[in-house]
Amino acid sequence: MADKKNSKGRLRRLVMIGNGMAGVRAIEEVLAINHDLFEITIFGAETHPNYNRILLSSILSGEKTIEDITLNEKSWYEENNITLHLGKEVTEIQRGYRKVISSDGTEATYDILIIATGSTPFVIPIPGVDKEGVLTFRDLRDCDQMIEASKSYKHASVIGGGLLGLEAARGLMNLGMEVTVIHDQPELMNMQLDEVAASMLQKELEAQGMHFKTACLTKEILGNGRVTGLRFNDGTELKTNLVVMAVGIRANTALAKQAHLHCERGIIVNDYMQTYTDPSVYAVGECVEHRGKTYGLVAPLFEQARILAYHITGQGLKTYMGSEVSTKLKVSGVDVFSAGEFQVVAPAEGEEEKETIEYIDRGGGVYKKLVIDGDRLAGAVLYGDTADGVRLFQMIQAGTDISSQRATLIFGNPTLGDAGHSGIDLVANMTPDTIVCGCNGVTKQTIEDAITKEGLTTRQEVTGCTKAGGSCGGCEPLIDQILASVLGSSFAKAEGETPICGCTDLAHDYVKSMIRRDSLTTVAAAMATLEWKGEGCRVCRPALNYYVQMTFPDQAQDDPGSRHVNERLHANIQKDGTFSVVPRIYGGLTSPEELARIAKVASEHQVPAIKFTGGQRIDLLGVTKENLPGIWKALDTPSGYAYAKALRTVKTCVGNQWCRFGTQDSMGFGIELEKTLERLWTPAKLKLAVSACPRNCAEASIKDIGVVGVEGGWEIYCGGNGGVRLRGAELLCTTDTTEEATEIIKAYVQLYREDARYGERTSQWVEKTGLNNIKAKVVEDTENRAALIERLEEAIEASGRDPWENLISNSESQRPRHGLSFKTLTIDGEVAER
Amino acid sequence: MKWYKVCNQEDLTIKTSLTIKVGELTIAIFHLTDGRFMAVEDRCPHKDGPLSDGIITGSTVTCPLHNWRINLINGEALPPDCGCVKTFKTKIKDDDIWVEL
Ligand SMILES: Cc1cc2nc3c(=O)[nH]c(=O)nc-3n(C[C@H](O)[C@H](O)[C@H](O)COP(=O)(O)OP(=O)(O)OC[C@H]3O[C@@H](n4cnc5c(N)ncnc54)[C@H](O)[C@@H]3O)c2cc1C
Ligand code: SF4
Ligand code: FES
Repeated sequence: MADKKNSKGRLRRLVMIGNGMAGVRAIEEVLAINHDLFEITIFGAETHPNYNRILLSSILSGEKTIEDITLNEKSWYEENNITLHLGKEVTEIQRGYRKVISSDGTEATYDILIIATGSTPFVIPIPGVDKEGVLTFRDLRDCDQMIEASKSYKHASVIGGGLLGLEAARGLMNLGMEVTVIHDQPELMNMQLDEVAASMLQKELEAQGMHFKTACLTKEILGNGRVTGLRFNDGTELKTNLVVMAVGIRANTALAKQAHLHCERGIIVNDYMQTYTDPSVYAVGECVEHRGKTYGLVAPLFEQARILAYHITGQGLKTYMGSEVSTKLKVSGVDVFSAGEFQVVAPAEGEEEKETIEYIDRGGGVYKKLVIDGDRLAGAVLYGDTADGVRLFQMIQAGTDISSQRATLIFGNPTLGDAGHSGIDLVANMTPDTIVCGCNGVTKQTIEDAITKEGLTTRQEVTGCTKAGGSCGGCEPLIDQILASVLGSSFAKAEGETPICGCTDLAHDYVKSMIRRDSLTTVAAAMATLEWKGEGCRVCRPALNYYVQMTFPDQAQDDPGSRHVNERLHANIQKDGTFSVVPRIYGGLTSPEELARIAKVASEHQVPAIKFTGGQRIDLLGVTKENLPGIWKALDTPSGYAYAKALRTVKTCVGNQWCRFGTQDSMGFGIELEKTLERLWTPAKLKLAVSACPRNCAEASIKDIGVVGVEGGWEIYCGGNGGVRLRGAELLCTTDTTEEATEIIKAYVQLYREDARYGERTSQWVEKTGLNNIKAKVVEDTENRAALIERLEEAIEASGRDPWENLISNSESQRPRHGLSFKTLTIDGEVAER
Repeated sequence: MKWYKVCNQEDLTIKTSLTIKVGELTIAIFHLTDGRFMAVEDRCPHKDGPLSDGIITGSTVTCPLHNWRINLINGEALPPDCGCVKTFKTKIKDDDIWVEL
């Protein structure tokens, strides 16, 4: 845990140099985690508060105003008690005194310093670069000068045919200038595009009126005072009154170097964004070099910002592992997308040659190329039709095995194709975890949840709430579509939520509230009162069954017919119709007697396979239905609930009973937790772990609830997931005593039981609800905590005896109840003929 | 074709099922909410899942393995899935369920 105050009893001082996109994002992340941890001071060389640099070209074109692209108003800094020094460039860092000094002599002392100085445009050192009218394209001042020049001059040239250069050129054309792009390579955007795509792009831009001079080096800038022309290596000259240099950027490391922080191409940082040289100095953004890479797009920088914030606020040990990047060109009328390895180069020794799949329609202006490495997609270039970019990029990042989709991959998502590329179906066919906003890493699910939960109705609100659409703006149409699809149907609009399934128009939260209001205690009563269509389905019936029992643990009646066979028969059905049996082994701690008994049962019942599970227990596989009661009886252990939406396991490390590093009794605590929470139904499966020190051998950081012992207490993490969607657990709180830890965990489990939708794992629920809201309810508000615990106790009370015991006695009775029979009747012809 | 007696109808409550084995064949018998008894081979057309273990809604059962839905009246899988399971006639006589094989 980070100390809130330093030794002198005041807030720790956080100073940041650079008031740009990455740095301010890091500050926002810090504030979101803990508002009151730091006293914050920011120095910015520019005179405007943080704005969206990505949209500078829309300032050129006049589409947007400075106000439109401002990300943080001055009032934001005031509201968050941030001291902002605008227009003050820091000229010196005195690490010995932990002090920074700006050009006008302003000083600030820090406990933690963040360097976020971005980068500077590279200016080719040729004669004449200092002439009037030679600009770069980086900030608002550059834009002002271009707009000014366009009023008096006609001819402009842009040196550099990359992303930035083409954007600048398009912007200048919008200002009414005649623009020529000069590029040293034969192909435009050669860092992102292959020959074919580049030539299609050039053709399109020529059609728009842009001129090109490719494979050509600029030798000299001509003119007295103001630029009048360019001279090239082939001896030709071009008349121009404005030159914009867009040949690349260099990390802005001057200040860091002066302070003797280790720099290569950028300021070298570790996986926590901490500089190698000085642990109290961090760096983030384009000025950084991480694992040999520098980045010039915001998506990875925002990721860095998040990790930096985690680290300086003491939120456990998340690390930045580097990023893949994808590129889109923001020039109207051309759709270009590129990601990963887009060129096939000759393979290195011992490597397989990569293959390509290409599709080209010159007439229609569509080109697609996929680069394939074995079973994986290594890169993609799309021109003209970039609808599939996001999906392909996710496959590249995830290393998805594409062998089965090879034949169709290039044609995109088939259902997408049918829908055209603009209809609502585009979003309807996206999976929930598809990234809609690549810059900020916002998924469709997050946007949908925000719309439904916060009752949002406009794109601006969505951006405000999720940041999606707040950077390059490329995803704005998608956000509009998601809004339309979520708010579309009339009821959904009124209630701001999507229905549970096709059997009803009502949404989860509404149904829950009606169950409570009308005291509905059975699935049938709920369906009748809420005017269900038909008899429900496998989606809504289990949800209703859970909701009535969660709401009225005493009175509600379980409906086995509304449960999946696993929860009905308390065993896990396998692909061949047999079942698996997992006895409860509390905390994974067993004894010779127990092991011997299990072994004996397995051999006597000829269990075909026995396996240790990831949850530290034993799985007996291949048991027929008839044999279940017999095996349970012989095992004589409680059910491990390995089949249910309920507490699965509490994984523990050996802890201070054995381990030389252990600071706490992790086994004891884990067993206690497992005994407390077993047999409780939860919205989705629930996995816990307890480790006795931060080495975390029980892998608590990917569990729904993870407890980590530290000297003198426990850290409680929540919302982790090690399955479908990897998510690190977040620190909920730290407690001094095991009692308090137990209380908080109980309250947290009950809040999850009450608040989450059926089927929603804690990882999704925590993301949707927000850690701070959960903290407020279970950690800070002790009264509410006590009330939650009381309701949990009621549910525990009502959970009754072990289900295996119940089923054993049912199977032994003469007339088994409710089709819960384990036997198949055998009929031989003679008895029954008639 | 012969009629076989299965069990007393009281022993199969509504929205539940039981299985009978005749030779190599396993048959699932379902008690629908409208009172009817339906019999089909206990083998999902998808990958042989035990239909008798599925959730029963109306006259449909959802296979517990991969959620194909089977219409118990005609044995056909509901779209988008495609396949068919063998159905058998049933009747009630003297409170007993009979199935014709
Ligand atoms: C025209 C244009 C289009 C772009 N389009 C895209 C796009 O489509 N998608 C995308 O992902 N990215 C795009 N980018 C890149 C993106 O804007 C940058 O990656 C991002 O702004 C970098 O953030 P940063 O905080 O590292 O640097 P910056 O945003 O540059 O912030 C650094 C700040 O620090 C200040 N500073 C520097 N030194 C000092 C000092 N000594 N004292 C005080 N202040 C100092 C600078 O003045 C600057 O304001 C584009 C960039 C430009 C210029
Ligand atoms: S987590 Fe710590 S205490 Fe537990 S086994 Fe690992 S090293 Fe030992
Ligand atoms: S076996 Fe029935 S759905 Fe797959």
